Amino acid sequence: MNAEPLVNPVVLFFASIFTSNILLSNFLGMCSFISISKDKTSAYGLGLAVTVVMTICAAVSWLVLRYLILPLDIEYLSFIIFIIVIAAVVQMLEMIIDRVSPALYMSLGIFLPLITVNCAILGAILFMQIRSYGFLQAVAFGAGSGMGWWLAIMLLASIRKRIENNPVPAGLKGAGITMVTIGFMAMAFIGFSGMIAVQ
Amino acid sequence: MSGKAGKILWDNLWTNNPIFIQILGICSTLAVTNSVRNTLIMTVGVSLSTAFSSWTLSAMQATIPRKVRMIVQVLVISFYVIIIDIILRAYLPEVSKQLGPYVGLIITNCIIMGRAEAFAAANKPVLSFWDGLTSGLGYMAVLVAIAVVREILGFGTLLGFRVMPAGFEPWTIMIMAPSAFFLVAFVMWWAKTVQARAAAKAAAAKSAPRPVPAKA
Repeated sequence: MNAEPLVNPVVLFFASIFTSNILLSNFLGMCSFISISKDKTSAYGLGLAVTVVMTICAAVSWLVLRYLILPLDIEYLSFIIFIIVIAAVVQMLEMIIDRVSPALYMSLGIFLPLITVNCAILGAILFMQIRSYGFLQAVAFGAGSGMGWWLAIMLLASIRKRIENNPVPAGLKGAGITMVTIGFMAMAFIGFSGMIAVQ
Repeated sequence: MSGKAGKILWDNLWTNNPIFIQILGICSTLAVTNSVRNTLIMTVGVSLSTAFSSWTLSAMQATIPRKVRMIVQVLVISFYVIIIDIILRAYLPEVSKQLGPYVGLIITNCIIMGRAEAFAAANKPVLSFWDGLTSGLGYMAVLVAIAVVREILGFGTLLGFRVMPAGFEPWTIMIMAPSAFFLVAFVMWWAKTVQARAAAKAAAAKSAPRPVPAKA
């Protein structure tokens, strides 16, 4: 993984949206994905929040990794440091949005605290660390993964709306049929994999 | 006490199973369910970190200010996950490499925080430890079952040993992500149907004090 030549950030951006969607192929961020995808407005808000936070976190934690963790040789602490980075970014974003745009805060605010424990964010950072991306790659990967997550949750929210009025076996109602739907979405996204083969 | 512990065990394994009832913590482990061995190691890691985090958080609940509770929880959890990561790296370097980022992702596994909030915040340390451990067991049971199906059909092996006949054509879909989603859905469907049936039977027994012998 580490020895591979550096991938073009633009390619990486599209690859992380479609071919290696963080949710559909890496299963990250499932909890909030299932519980928030019931209606489109909140799915949109959460998706937007995840994308913004993931992009910023990828950039910040790349800098932290490069200039703090590696020089000090404290890689064993990296989990804790990344979690703190995420929490700090979320907290700061919350304060900035509150100050700058109260309207946006009203629609985004309730989702921000949820994001601290969203596995997709930490997942993206850990992937970035393991694959030793450069700075631009890290940002592209963060933004792409966030958008991929956003796309997936919007698709799922729309599909769930349609499923609501259809007869589903009693045992499969709710989470069950949602998992089946996600399975089909994952299969559809596999169709993209011929397009760009980038890890 | 023992009655309570037994009830917790039953709740976490069946009536309130983290995967098919609470739908928590699927994220970090589903990805490794195409191999039984990795799934076992991951779920043991999750169980232990849930148990110890619940124990610690329950022991220090009185001293944590409400405002910083969440961050304290995350820090305690990451402490245990780091220990697990270090142990894996030292004793099972091969597995640790295969699991990659997913060990670290145990930190954000919702199940741990869920148990800390729902149980450890209101119970004694030892009982919380037991609750965390059994939640992990309920979690493990489902994921290992899924992993067994995926490994047998996807590779024709079980724990690395060939179990299918030589002419067996592996199902590629079982190695890929969608199959995990479908299998989780099947488990949910099965469990909910069985539970609904049991509930209906219990309700029927309650409403009719003298049940008519059921026709087979």
